[in-house]
Amino acid sequence: MLYTALQSLSSHWRRRPGQFAMLVLGLALATALWSGVQAINAEARAAYDRAAATLGQDQLARLERADGRPVALETYLALRAQGYLVSPVITGEVRDGDTRLRLLGIDPLTAPPQAQTPALDGDLDLAGFFTDPGILLVSAETAALPLPPGLPPLRIAENIPPNAAITDISTAARLLLRQDPSYLLVAPEQPIGLAPLSDASDLILRAPDSGSDIARLTDSFHLNLTAFGLLSFGVGLFIVHAAIGLAFEQRRATIRTLRALGTPLRTVLLALGLELTLISVLAGAIGIALGYLVAAGLMPGVAGTLRGLYGADVEGVLRFSPEWAVSALIITLAGTAAAAAQAMLRTARMPLLAPAMPRAWAQASGGGIRAQALAALALFALGGGLALLGQGLLAAFGCLACLLVGAALALPALMTGALKLIRPKSAFAEWILADTRQQIPGLSLALMALLLALSANIGVSTMVGSFRATFLGWLDQRLASELYVTAPSADDAARLMQALAPQVDAILPIVSAEVRLFDLPADVFGIADHPTYRDAWPLLSAAPDPWAQLERGDAVLVNEQLSRRENLRVGDMLPLAGGLIIVGVYSDYGNPNGQAIVSLSRFSETFPTIRATRFAIRIAPEEAPALATRLRTEFGLPEEAVTNQAQVKAFSIEVFDQTFLVTGALNVLTLGVAGLALLTSLLTLANLRLPQLAPLWAIGTSRATLAAVEMARSLTLAALTFLLALPTGLALAWILLALVNVEAFGWRLPMRIFPPDWLALFGLALLAAALAALGSTIRLARMAPARLTQVFAQER
Amino acid sequence: MTNPLLDLHDIRKTYPSEAGPLRVLDGVSLSLGAGQTLALTGESGSGKSTLLHLAGGLDQPDSGAVRLGGQDIGTLDDAARAKVRRNRVGLVFQQFNLVPSLTVGSNIALQARLAGRHDPAFAADLAARLGLAAMLTRYPEELSGGQQQRVAIARALAHRPDVILADEPTGNLDEGTGDAVLTLLLELVAETGAALLMVTHSPRLANRLASRLHLSRGVLEG
Amino acid sequence: MLRLLAALLALSTTAHAQGFAGLGAGADGFATPVPNPSFSFPADHGPHPDYRIEWWYLTATLTGDDGRDYGVQWTLFRSALLPTTSDDWTSPQLFMGHAGLTTPDQHFSAERLGRGGVGQAGVSTMPFRAFIDDWHMTSTATTGDAFDTITLAARSTDFAYDLSLGATGPLIFHGQAGFSVKSANGQASYYYSQPFYTVTGTLTLPSGPITVTGNAWLDREWSSQPLSEDQEGWDWFSLQFDSGARLMAFGLRDADGGSFTSATWIEPDGTTTPYGDGAVTLTPLATSTVADRTLPTEWRLQLPARDLDIETTPLNPAAWMDTSFPYWEGPIRFTGTHHGRGYLEMTGYD
Repeated sequence: MLYTALQSLSSHWRRRPGQFAMLVLGLALATALWSGVQAINAEARAAYDRAAATLGQDQLARLERADGRPVALETYLALRAQGYLVSPVITGEVRDGDTRLRLLGIDPLTAPPQAQTPALDGDLDLAGFFTDPGILLVSAETAALPLPPGLPPLRIAENIPPNAAITDISTAARLLLRQDPSYLLVAPEQPIGLAPLSDASDLILRAPDSGSDIARLTDSFHLNLTAFGLLSFGVGLFIVHAAIGLAFEQRRATIRTLRALGTPLRTVLLALGLELTLISVLAGAIGIALGYLVAAGLMPGVAGTLRGLYGADVEGVLRFSPEWAVSALIITLAGTAAAAAQAMLRTARMPLLAPAMPRAWAQASGGGIRAQALAALALFALGGGLALLGQGLLAAFGCLACLLVGAALALPALMTGALKLIRPKSAFAEWILADTRQQIPGLSLALMALLLALSANIGVSTMVGSFRATFLGWLDQRLASELYVTAPSADDAARLMQALAPQVDAILPIVSAEVRLFDLPADVFGIADHPTYRDAWPLLSAAPDPWAQLERGDAVLVNEQLSRRENLRVGDMLPLAGGLIIVGVYSDYGNPNGQAIVSLSRFSETFPTIRATRFAIRIAPEEAPALATRLRTEFGLPEEAVTNQAQVKAFSIEVFDQTFLVTGALNVLTLGVAGLALLTSLLTLANLRLPQLAPLWAIGTSRATLAAVEMARSLTLAALTFLLALPTGLALAWILLALVNVEAFGWRLPMRIFPPDWLALFGLALLAAALAALGSTIRLARMAPARLTQVFAQER
Repeated sequence: MTNPLLDLHDIRKTYPSEAGPLRVLDGVSLSLGAGQTLALTGESGSGKSTLLHLAGGLDQPDSGAVRLGGQDIGTLDDAARAKVRRNRVGLVFQQFNLVPSLTVGSNIALQARLAGRHDPAFAADLAARLGLAAMLTRYPEELSGGQQQRVAIARALAHRPDVILADEPTGNLDEGTGDAVLTLLLELVAETGAALLMVTHSPRLANRLASRLHLSRGVLEG
Repeated sequence: MLRLLAALLALSTTAHAQGFAGLGAGADGFATPVPNPSFSFPADHGPHPDYRIEWWYLTATLTGDDGRDYGVQWTLFRSALLPTTSDDWTSPQLFMGHAGLTTPDQHFSAERLGRGGVGQAGVSTMPFRAFIDDWHMTSTATTGDAFDTITLAARSTDFAYDLSLGATGPLIFHGQAGFSVKSANGQASYYYSQPFYTVTGTLTLPSGPITVTGNAWLDREWSSQPLSEDQEGWDWFSLQFDSGARLMAFGLRDADGGSFTSATWIEPDGTTTPYGDGAVTLTPLATSTVADRTLPTEWRLQLPARDLDIETTPLNPAAWMDTSFPYWEGPIRFTGTHHGRGYLEMTGYD
């Protein structure tokens, strides 16, 4: 009986393959976008975990110098000679031009088992690993990258972080030209009878890193992606809801017949549930495949973003995990259940004897619209409260959710209100208006989807645009010098600076040190006292005459990130070089780390061993190319050692655009899904509305006119939706820039608006609406008169 | 009557309406045995369709007993009434109520399959008798009204029900087609030995059945 | 890490690549032992980096102030990847320290690894000191041979020991004046010992310190090809008779069940008599299951030339060295024609 009922009900899809395709497509798209984003997040997080687990950092404590500089070899040997089980690691980066490789030089002979030096479990030539030229163990992805020349032989191994090689400490020492360990790994269990390690050495003992800095930093980015995925999933479910609703509506008579012929209600519901489950599994499988493709396609961009924004090394490669597929399928089933709940409920409540005529399936009453509008107002109020009083990223996202859901709920009321403002001049126009108003409940879900997609588009593109414009302006200021030169060594740099001094306007050494501030990695820069900085360096807040104070040596400038994170203001003390007073805060876009600027003399006193190998040259812009050529030919500097401002800017912009490639791609996909939702809803309504159109035709309105009215109406609704999406999108952008961005990245951006972009989006929205309405319009224009007369025949 | 297939006893049914409760049936009793045919006539709104629905377990009476094959279905739940209906009752509607996405052949077999007693040979025989043999693979929308109603009749008979309930079976057909369809229905009912209760507003059609009753203001009249 | 050590030890079985009898330098640049050696001390107490493998190997049979028997092992292995040295990370001279402590009911073992170049481990001669981390064997002799008086220490997470040793006799040389043949194919090592130590010191156990006294035996051996290809492992005995004489005996087991034996009889005054293959017979009497392996922990040892026929029993059959290259090493007692204590080492029981 169940089989027969299922067969009878599902025969519907065979007769209407288009509808079936729409349902499967909607479900598959929703699954694809959601699961794709999940796959990306999972992959990135796994990469952080792998990075955190490298050399057992998640389990092993470390000894390192307070200033982050290498531990003297003698210190290491003294600890071993006392019996302490510590193991040296020499890390550093081999660079050549644009290529780079991070080396992790380990001593397998002393490494604690928890370090899981992965290489040594494999089939490795140990003599080769320990002796010249050594072996570099890299992941397959890293091996495929362009790498600096002159490296020892590579060997592919599992569990090696991206862009890094694990090698013997002797090989790392040779390649990095130093003997002193960067830090020491500490075995958890030490021999008996020894004093605590913290008493035995003045090195800093750092506890194992359970959650890495990177995971904390990138949380916001993944939350962003998740929000996008959720939005796409929601929009996709609108399609599913529409398609399922349509199918139930069209099978109302069949369901009634089945019940009259003796099929119990619960069997009918079971059959419908079974059918939906089968369809969701099919669509879910397609969606998972699509999601994997989407994720695999976006992964390089995401990896680029994470590298660009956070310096997190993530492979641009996606692994397939069965857990991910199963969870995506469960989400698909849950989503289908949510989208079908209304239709199932209607079926369950459908009386056996009511007339089996189709009617609009989502007929929300006027009261419903009012209730929605009230809910929207409440959400707006809540969102406003969160924006004013909320703290943290979750509050920012909560505010964002209130705005979007509120706007969606307010849409039917606002649209009905807008239509009431129009004063029709003819009876026909009056009918069109009335008919359109009547359609709004049926279309509202699809229009809400369109609203969300458009708002997200406006909001995100405004944010990215603002970001980009500000970033470019900032680049212009920060890259004020005409040429940037990197010398092979500090001595060469000193000689070059001396030789060039008479020929140019100014030479500004660039010198920096990596330190830890507030127990997080940070950079300290030393800069010369020069108008280049005084005039062009943008300060967000400053004490009076900050540059003079800086030059006196007891003051410091900090970047916005550090200032916000540690709640530092002008006048506060920064624990650096014995305490320096903060005289200014500057914006430092795209840098996850804290940064501080001190005078050149203060820098060399604090870090006497660090000398500049880079410097900037001020010269008349027209003379810059000639000087660059001369530096290469006369001073024998390699091509990449001399860069001019223009190149650096171009590279920076490229990095920037790469960063937001993902956002753009997701944006387009979401809009596409919204267009589909609209199409599905219009198709649903088209059939249901025949009885309403037939009388008009009968009283002398041509089919062409009816079709034109249909098209115009669809465009009007889309235009109205866009008008509402505009303020919603701008509010969204404000939330992103002023709330989310500050919480996530630590800096705030001035908002800029881009009306030409809106115009393009408006066109896109109209196009989507036109395409969506095209099918039903053409069908109406071509509909055989008999079909229309039939309406009367079936009416009773 | 010793062993009636359909037995309605003192049925009362009231519907709520804007003008207060509307008494549709007010103590109706009737009984049908094997091979008996009964036409039920009455004005629009006289409650004849309601009576038919109660007889088929599609609706429940306020009071009184509905017995199908001796079993009182008035006290059963939806699933149990559905079981009695699919096993014992064949329904023919004015609107045909075929499943549009199933072929003619599948529509004929639908109730028999639901009841778990599909007999392909009998179904084929019925189709042939009703002149449908050539159109088994077609869809209802490709058939004329008379053909569709013949499909509905085949569906109502294919599972060998005890009782056929027909609600204006020729109401949507022109007179000639209607007559032909009714002739076939009566022939087949006679052959299968089922009882037939047919609702019609046409005295002419009612006269073709063995007996007839008239329903007026909720009460049966001879 | 297991693999690493297996590989280091495997180096000692790749000696067959060096050609017949290993005369002269092999193709890989390592030197090989030659007959009729002449040693020069203190230099030869120190490392020989042009040989693949070398060890400073001390075993002590001890008695505690609690009246119980104890055994201690201290070993520093040197294994060279290349016959070169350097004073930075690139040195191919790798060191491995093993420490063992046996009680009648417990056995402790520990291991340390390190490379020679930077100074984490190594052996110096003036003054003599062999060390890895804080484990060391240090000469305290101001006159005479550097090995005459030494101190010895090792420490792990659950045990430690600190011993002082003084020699009551001279160094003795095995085989042909220190050229010790290891197989019928001519594999050989340089091998000498100081078997005459008396010991005092302290053992630290989880239960607390114990003062001990006893005897010890130091082996020095280096080679580039100590085993031939078909030899699976060895059983090595160092015995101290109540008479004051000593005996070193070993058997190298072939894959086909045969054995190559060798022994050195040492009079209390240090006079030695070497015995070649077949003179001594080693017969397993009883086995124990240790670390999921079956090992012969009781032996019969016969040397007819000396009317010697004894049976050995271990202090603790579970004297398993749970190091990356695992083996059995522990103190024994023996009875029969002679009585006394000694040490037994068994390798290759996989």
